[in-house]
Amino acid sequence: MAYSEKLLDHFKHPRNVGTLNKEDKGVGTGLVGAPECGDVMRLQIQVDPVTQRITDAKFKTFGCGSAIASSSLATEWLKGKSVDEALAIDNMAIVEELALPPVKIHCSVLAEDAIKSAIKDYQEKNGLEVTATVAAH
Amino acid sequence: MGQRLIYLDNNATTPTDPRAVEAMLPYFYENPGNAASRNHPAGWVAEGAVDTAREQIAALINVDPREIIFTSGATESDNLAIKGVFEMYARKGNHIITVKTEHKAVLDACKRVEKMGGEVTYLDVDSKGLIDLAELEAAITDKTILVSVMWANNETGVIQPMKAIGEICARRGVLFMSDATQAVGKIPVDPKETGVHLLAFTSHKMYGPKGVGALFVNRKNPRVKVTSQMDGGGHERGMRSGTLNVPGIVGFGKAAEIAKAEMAEDAARTKRLRDKLETALVGMLEEAYINGSVEHRMPHVTNISFKHVEGEGLMMTFNQNIALSSGSACTSASLEPSYVLVALGLGDDLAHSSLRFSLGRFTTEEDIDATIKQVAEGVNHMRELSPIWEMYKEGIDIDAIEWSEH
Repeated sequence: MAYSEKLLDHFKHPRNVGTLNKEDKGVGTGLVGAPECGDVMRLQIQVDPVTQRITDAKFKTFGCGSAIASSSLATEWLKGKSVDEALAIDNMAIVEELALPPVKIHCSVLAEDAIKSAIKDYQEKNGLEVTATVAAH
Repeated sequence: MGQRLIYLDNNATTPTDPRAVEAMLPYFYENPGNAASRNHPAGWVAEGAVDTAREQIAALINVDPREIIFTSGATESDNLAIKGVFEMYARKGNHIITVKTEHKAVLDACKRVEKMGGEVTYLDVDSKGLIDLAELEAAITDKTILVSVMWANNETGVIQPMKAIGEICARRGVLFMSDATQAVGKIPVDPKETGVHLLAFTSHKMYGPKGVGALFVNRKNPRVKVTSQMDGGGHERGMRSGTLNVPGIVGFGKAAEIAKAEMAEDAARTKRLRDKLETALVGMLEEAYINGSVEHRMPHVTNISFKHVEGEGLMMTFNQNIALSSGSACTSASLEPSYVLVALGLGDDLAHSSLRFSLGRFTTEEDIDATIKQVAEGVNHMRELSPIWEMYKEGIDIDAIEWSEH
């Protein structure tokens, strides 16, 4: 299977790898997937309480190259976006950007879930209206 | 690029030995005959070449040349043995015993038998990948016609207690078949001494060309027969119709001759390199586990799980330079990891974390040194990215987390 240049670049040089303090009120953490399925993504966002904009995003992923690239790309896209804008990120945009083959589409779905799950965590923590809905698969 | 690809996937297929290629060449143009053409010199030359190859192959496993049936490969040989015995011995019974870790060619042929009204028992293996002889014995009934146990496993290299199984089958009067695809040409395989009545194997796992295989069928005590699965000209004593692949068979024969002469040396060399690779990786990296028995194992194979790292992602860190296989099947829609490793009792997470290294005749010391370095770097890189490695390092019980299934 030949992967796109963009995918290989994100795989070899993943952006925003790391961990934010999940006890921080401004941090939302999404942990999706399962080790026995071969994919676990943890995506975290740091939200500015005044502007409601995402100032930082970090990830760590256990999974195949497509899963790692999808989460790396997601963190890049999240930075600077408002929470509402972040919620609008669709998995198919990730599929297109990385040219994911059909068998790897689930990796982009997982990345979208991770974004929504991180936002949900942030909203719940701060007593905000929860607008993020995490799909069940 | 520019760099030679390090090939450690010899259980998938081996390169064709240049000496086998050389032997094949005259049988494409100069000697074009059909081995079944009995009335002119071209046919006689082809028939003679096939006879020689049959002798070379028979000599490798210490059987009579008349007991070798040529096929297109081990998958066909497995199918011919299992379905052929099921049909031929229908009056005696309809029960077959096999093992959960067999190759799909055996398992799917058995599933077909079940659709045809047969009954199949699939034996479990222990954590080392070995069957329980008492369980096998207990599974044999008066309806049992065949026991099918692979000689050596393709994913782990684990070797079953063949001689003990042969004794049980002889005592209970059932036929014993073995898929010996991974063993023939690599370790001594002697079906007669072992009590094996049908033995499936193939050329391309022993440095011969692809597209040609063989089935050994015992001729005496007992005289074994299989119902042909291919109708036609009645080649191969009526058991397998179809024009013989003369160049392929010649290459197979040459590969068998080379294997017989060089097997001991190849095995000793690959074992030393395999042990070096294994010792280095397990020694350098935390939470690395060897899968399957290390005592009863092929000399050129090691299957290692690197916990909290996904095998396919790991392979992507070095797959431009090194060719090998993973027990993870992240490309399939089902996301199911290797059923062989799961049968050994590995959790799905460890099965997803496995790599299979299978060395071969052309593997060098430099290949192994480079592999140790690149795999270790890959594992460390992937662990830096792995959230479950971070949790493990923090002492969090990963099994206690409620994961979201997807």
